[in-house]
Amino acid sequence: MCLAIPILVEHVLPNAIARVTLNGVSKHVSIALLEDVEIGDYLLIHVGYALARLDPEEAALTLAMMEEAGAAGALHAAEARP
Amino acid sequence: MKHMDEYRRGPLAQNIATQIAQEAASGRQYQFMEFCGGHTHAIARYGIEDLLPANVQLVHGPGCPVCVLPAGRIDDAIKLAMRAEITLCTYADLMRVPASGGATLLRASAAGADIRMVYSTADALQIAESEPDREIVFLAIGFETTTPPTALAIRAAYRKGLGNFSVFCNHVLTPPAMRAILSPPQLPDGAHIRVDGFIGPAHVSTITGTRPYLGLAAEFRKPVVVAGFEPLDVVHAILMLVRQVNEGRHDVANQYTRFVTATGNRIAQREMAEVFELRPSFEWRGLGEVPQSALRIRRGYAAFDAERRFAITTIPAPDNPACECATILRGLKKPVECKLFGTVCAPETPMGSCMVSPEGACAAHWTFGRFRDRAAMRKPAPARLSA
Amino acid sequence: MNQQRLRTRRLDTRTGLVDLSHGAGGRASAQLIREIFVSAFDNQALSRADDQAAFDVPAGRMVMSTDGYVVSPLFFPGGDIGSLAVHGTINDVAMAGAHPLHLAAGFIIEEGFAIADLQRIANSMASAAREAGIGIVTGDTKVVERGHGDGVYITTTGIGMVPQGLDLSANRASPGDHVVLSGSVGDHGVAIMSRRANLGFETELLSDSAALHGLVADMVHAAGPALRVMRDPTRGGLASALNEIAQTAGVGFLIEEQTIPVRPEVAAVCELLGLDPLYVANEGKLIAIVAREWSAMLVSAMRAHPLGRDAAVIGEVIADEQCFVQMATSFGGGRIVDWLSGEQLPRIC
Repeated sequence: MCLAIPILVEHVLPNAIARVTLNGVSKHVSIALLEDVEIGDYLLIHVGYALARLDPEEAALTLAMMEEAGAAGALHAAEARP
Repeated sequence: MKHMDEYRRGPLAQNIATQIAQEAASGRQYQFMEFCGGHTHAIARYGIEDLLPANVQLVHGPGCPVCVLPAGRIDDAIKLAMRAEITLCTYADLMRVPASGGATLLRASAAGADIRMVYSTADALQIAESEPDREIVFLAIGFETTTPPTALAIRAAYRKGLGNFSVFCNHVLTPPAMRAILSPPQLPDGAHIRVDGFIGPAHVSTITGTRPYLGLAAEFRKPVVVAGFEPLDVVHAILMLVRQVNEGRHDVANQYTRFVTATGNRIAQREMAEVFELRPSFEWRGLGEVPQSALRIRRGYAAFDAERRFAITTIPAPDNPACECATILRGLKKPVECKLFGTVCAPETPMGSCMVSPEGACAAHWTFGRFRDRAAMRKPAPARLSA
Repeated sequence: MNQQRLRTRRLDTRTGLVDLSHGAGGRASAQLIREIFVSAFDNQALSRADDQAAFDVPAGRMVMSTDGYVVSPLFFPGGDIGSLAVHGTINDVAMAGAHPLHLAAGFIIEEGFAIADLQRIANSMASAAREAGIGIVTGDTKVVERGHGDGVYITTTGIGMVPQGLDLSANRASPGDHVVLSGSVGDHGVAIMSRRANLGFETELLSDSAALHGLVADMVHAAGPALRVMRDPTRGGLASALNEIAQTAGVGFLIEEQTIPVRPEVAAVCELLGLDPLYVANEGKLIAIVAREWSAMLVSAMRAHPLGRDAAVIGEVIADEQCFVQMATSFGGGRIVDWLSGEQLPRIC
């Protein structure tokens, strides 16, 4: 029961609802489990509820770590080639 | 798709996998268990195991709440649905789970039971509001990810004074299940799982935070790396696990920092604590009775507890004796080692829990990976150590 | 005696409802057929008001196909049950490489169905048929009691002529052949789902419902002798079509995920609902298995046609006793694309 995807907040509506959008597909989700949701936030949504908000700095850090690990791997692959 | 596509890049995954191969010392076997149906599915769907070196193996744990829901509880749900006044609302995943005697919710629906598939608890609430003459029962399952939405629904029903809405609660918890996997002995002959570390669940952890895994990691001396859902996240987490094993560490690390924090979602935790309390024990399909591993609705919300409202007494239902789900769920055997796999048991005709949900180990292997069985390219390391 | 002609009021197409008398075969039936169907479909054969259509048949090999249409909702973005019924059967005929000749249409209408909606459907069918250069030359209408139908069900039957020398059949697929797909997958299924209220999402995406015989004619012209089989991946999607061919021909496939076009909206909806676009229905796409030396030429000819702009080679036929459809994922690993099991229910996880 884990399917959840990050999706962009387009509007914040009354009664703890947000309108979110992905590639032109829109949906209303509950944001009752989060505080201070703003337009432009990326939310993790699951069964119609937002569970968490994306931290863009951490996302950038994660991607950087992945790139670093990848670069190390690429170097080894290059060295291994005759 | 932003924040998804970046984590699906094949060439980067290849390079990280090369680094894993570099760091995974030859001669040593590494076996990591993932504990989240979503991870099981992603690994199979993207063919992640093809990227890993032969001495790094992945094993699937009981991370699929559809799979661990015992047949006896489905029997209860079917009995509820067959009552003329009840409308049973359920997530689609449960429709084909086999209960006693091959019964399923899908078959019950064909026989006339009023069963409605919903995407969200909000849908069930809406049905209760628009059909006041019907008794609406929501079949709640799931780990900590899905529990807060159920809590919110019950609170909303309370506020609105909805007299025709109740929940049949089967919510379960992740850390007790991990503990059950790790605690020896698990099988009569004393055999126990050989697992070098855990790929921690992604979305459960957004709710719980990473703190609940600290005790487990320390007690059993196994590293836990909480990993995101996307394939690059999984590959990255495997590298982090290999490193910990090499360094003799057993820490709780967080690969999914963009969504997971140490403390988790406080509002969600508060809502869950308000509505639910721990059951002393609960039967898990394949694992047997696990103490303090499941939730029930508190007395204060008894009006919304379907178990009390409809006087449900669960009769445990045994699984097919040839079914190897118990060992597969613990990572002790692979799907192909079960006699029923692919012969009698397949997604169309599931015999046990591992086949019923697309995230069960057997279903995922069947749907995406069974073409590898004939190739036998990599000899799997023994998953199971005899006592 | 007074020989006044009985004056009948014209059908109330604004607020009128279909009732059982419209299916009884009497005056009301005749009026419904005349004012809704004959007037919309507007062709010589129908105007003769015979129970059958008579026409000359060219020499050669004829194909015939029939299909029932039960789509819900009846009206969806990009089409309706009527246009679908016309396109679908034209396509079945076209998959044999045949040029469609005539269509027949049978209607089973539920008592209480709005005449306005029936007219809308009939007009939509007329327009789809006209665009395709084909006529609906005969048909039938029945009305069933309320509760015994889903508004309306339509069955269409089509015939067509196969060009000489062309013999397309699934069992002709052989190892080494290329698989060509005419365009993006999943559009129709997602458009239908967007109108199902309980799934709760909005999109501007349209169904891809279209008649493919024009594209097929160009394909036959460009690569006729090299074509082995064509199939339109409707219910069950691309995955089902490939598995069916694999099973019939006793071969396997090796497909490249990267080459399969998927529109961003379709990808988004599939992510939201936990669906795989490879299993979602299409109504205006086809796959063709062709000798590999001819695939480039075929793709080129397809891209020159409005319905084939995104045509691409997506893989090849391989020898495989177990008839697996294998796929190299965009991520780099491998998986199989298995038969659809059960109905594709939207997953939560």
